[in-house]
Amino acid sequence: MAVADHPHDPLDARVPTVIADDVHIVYRVSGGSGGKGSATAALSRILRRDRGEPRGVRKVHAVRGVSFTAYRGEAIGLIGTNGSGKSTLLRAIAGLLPTESGRVYTDGQPSLLGVNAALMGDLTGERNVILGGLAMGMSREEIRDRYQAIVDFSGINEKGDFITLPMRTYSSGMGARLRFAIAAAKNHDVLMIDEALATGDRKFQIRSEERIRELRKEAGTVFLVSHSNKSIRDTCDRVLWLEKGELLMDGPTDEVIRAYEKETGK
Amino acid sequence: MSDTTHDGAIATSARPSPDDGLTPGELAARYGLSVSGARPGLVEYVRQLWGRRHFILAFSQAKLTAQYSQAKLGQLWQVATPLLNALVYYLIFGLILGAGRGMSKEIYIPFLVTGVFVFTFTQTSVMAGVRAISGNLGLVRALHFPRASLPISFALQQLQQLLFSMVVLLLIVVGFGSYPSLSWLLVLPALGLQFVFNVGLAMIMARLGSKTPDLAQLMPFIMRTWMYASGVMFSIKEMLSERPAWIAEVLMYNPAAIYMDLVRFALIDRYDASNLASHVWLAGGLWALLVGAAGFVYFWKAEERYGRG
Repeated sequence: MAVADHPHDPLDARVPTVIADDVHIVYRVSGGSGGKGSATAALSRILRRDRGEPRGVRKVHAVRGVSFTAYRGEAIGLIGTNGSGKSTLLRAIAGLLPTESGRVYTDGQPSLLGVNAALMGDLTGERNVILGGLAMGMSREEIRDRYQAIVDFSGINEKGDFITLPMRTYSSGMGARLRFAIAAAKNHDVLMIDEALATGDRKFQIRSEERIRELRKEAGTVFLVSHSNKSIRDTCDRVLWLEKGELLMDGPTDEVIRAYEKETGK
Repeated sequence: MSDTTHDGAIATSARPSPDDGLTPGELAARYGLSVSGARPGLVEYVRQLWGRRHFILAFSQAKLTAQYSQAKLGQLWQVATPLLNALVYYLIFGLILGAGRGMSKEIYIPFLVTGVFVFTFTQTSVMAGVRAISGNLGLVRALHFPRASLPISFALQQLQQLLFSMVVLLLIVVGFGSYPSLSWLLVLPALGLQFVFNVGLAMIMARLGSKTPDLAQLMPFIMRTWMYASGVMFSIKEMLSERPAWIAEVLMYNPAAIYMDLVRFALIDRYDASNLASHVWLAGGLWALLVGAAGFVYFWKAEERYGRG
C-alpha cells in the first residue's frame, strides 16, 4: 500500500481514517437456486446438502478482496456499473454488514447518509423528523433545536401545512426531500453518501449539493457513490473503481474517470 | 476465499513515508483506528442501549400509531380489537363448550378475559420478536444502533397495546362484581415481570429468526399449543383433576400460566390463593430473571452479524 506523505510538513501529515484490509463480503440468498419454486423442490433442497452448506442457499460474492486506505480530508468517489459492489462496500466500512474475511479499521463511527429505513409512511412528517433524528442517534434536545431548520430545508411547508400530513400522502419528490433534510441534519466524522444527490427538483438539488459541501467540510472523510461522473468530478479528489466486487483502479479523479468512461464507452 | 485481487489497482503515489511497510493492522494500531462494526462488551452494550432509550420508546409508539392509521376508526381499534377477541373466546369456550367448569359466571368471564389479554401480550411479543431483525433488515443495514433496540422496542409496543386492553379488562372486572381494591396494585409488578420475560423471549426469537425466517411460519402453531396448555380458558386444576397431579403441576409452573394467574389473583375478588401454584411470585420472578438475562446475552453474542441477514 503506497502512502503519499510529506514528512517535512507536519500540517500535511496524512492521518488514515479508514483502512480496508482485503475485505470480502458474501451474501447468502435462500430460495435463489433450485430452478423450480415448487414445494418438492424446496424440500429436496433442504435434504441434500453440499459440504455443510445448505443447498438452497446461494452465495453471492459481492466484494472480493478490496484494500485501500483513506485519509483525513479526502473525498473519495466510488464508481462502477450497477451491481459492482459499491453500496455493499460502503455498508461494510460503516460496520453494518459483517465481512466474510478481511477487516475494516475506522476512526470513530462512519455513518451512511440516509434514514429512509427508519421512517414510516403512516406517520406525519413531523413525527418522522423526530423518529429519524432519534434513529440516527441525535438527542431529543438536538432534534428540538434543529427541527425548524430541517422542515425549512426540506421546503415541505412551502405549499401549505404538509408536515402534519402522513408521509405516504407526499409526492415522491417531497418524500425524498424530507428524507434528505432529516439525514443531512447530523454531522459525521466519516460520512458516506449513496447517490443521494439526485433527489427532488432542480432548486432542491442545488440546495442539497450545498449542504453536502458543508457536511464535507465538517466531516473528516467523505465517500460518495454516484453514477453521475459530474458530481464525482465536482466533489471528489480520489476515486475507487469497483467492478464485479474487485477494486479495478484507485487514483486521482481525472485519471480514473477517464479510464472508466473509455471502458463504458461514454 | 483467497482470491485477493488488488493487483489491478493503481496506487496513488509512491513517496516514502514512515508508514510505508506497515501492514494495515499495524497502521490501524498506530493511528488508533478500531475495527468497524465490532461487538462492544456487555457493559458498554447496556450503556449504548440506555443512550438509545428515546429511540426505543419513539419507535414503539410510532409502530403502535402506524398500526391503525389507515382505519377509519383509527386508534379506537386499540381498544376494540381486544374487546372483540374476548367476545369470541367467551362465545366459544364460555357458552358453547362450557369450559368454565367449577367457576361461577362472575369469576369465569373476568378469568377468561384476563387470560386472553395476558397471554396475547406474550404471544404478540414473541411473534414480533421473530421478525424484529429479519423484517427490519433495511434499518439494520442503514443505521447504527444497538440491535437489541429492535426486539425491546417491539415488546414495548405490545406492552402499550396491553395497557389499552387493561382499560377494557378493568371495566369487565368491575362489571362482574370485583371492585377496585389495594390488591389491584399487584397487577403492576406482575406485568413488570412478564414484560422482562417477554423481552428476553423476544430477543431469543429475534436472533433465531434472523437466521431462520421460517420461524415466522412455525411460531403460530407453537404459540397456540402453548396457549391451550396454559389454561387460558379453563382452570388447569379443574380440567386435569382426574389425571396424575404432576401434569397439572408442570402446566401451572409454566411462565404463561404463572403471569396469568398473578394478574387474575390481583384483579378478581373471589379468585383466591387456593387457585394458584405455591411460591407463585418467586416462580414469576425467576422466570423473568432467567429468560430476561439469558435472552439478552444470547442476542448480544451475535450483535455484529445481524446485518448479514
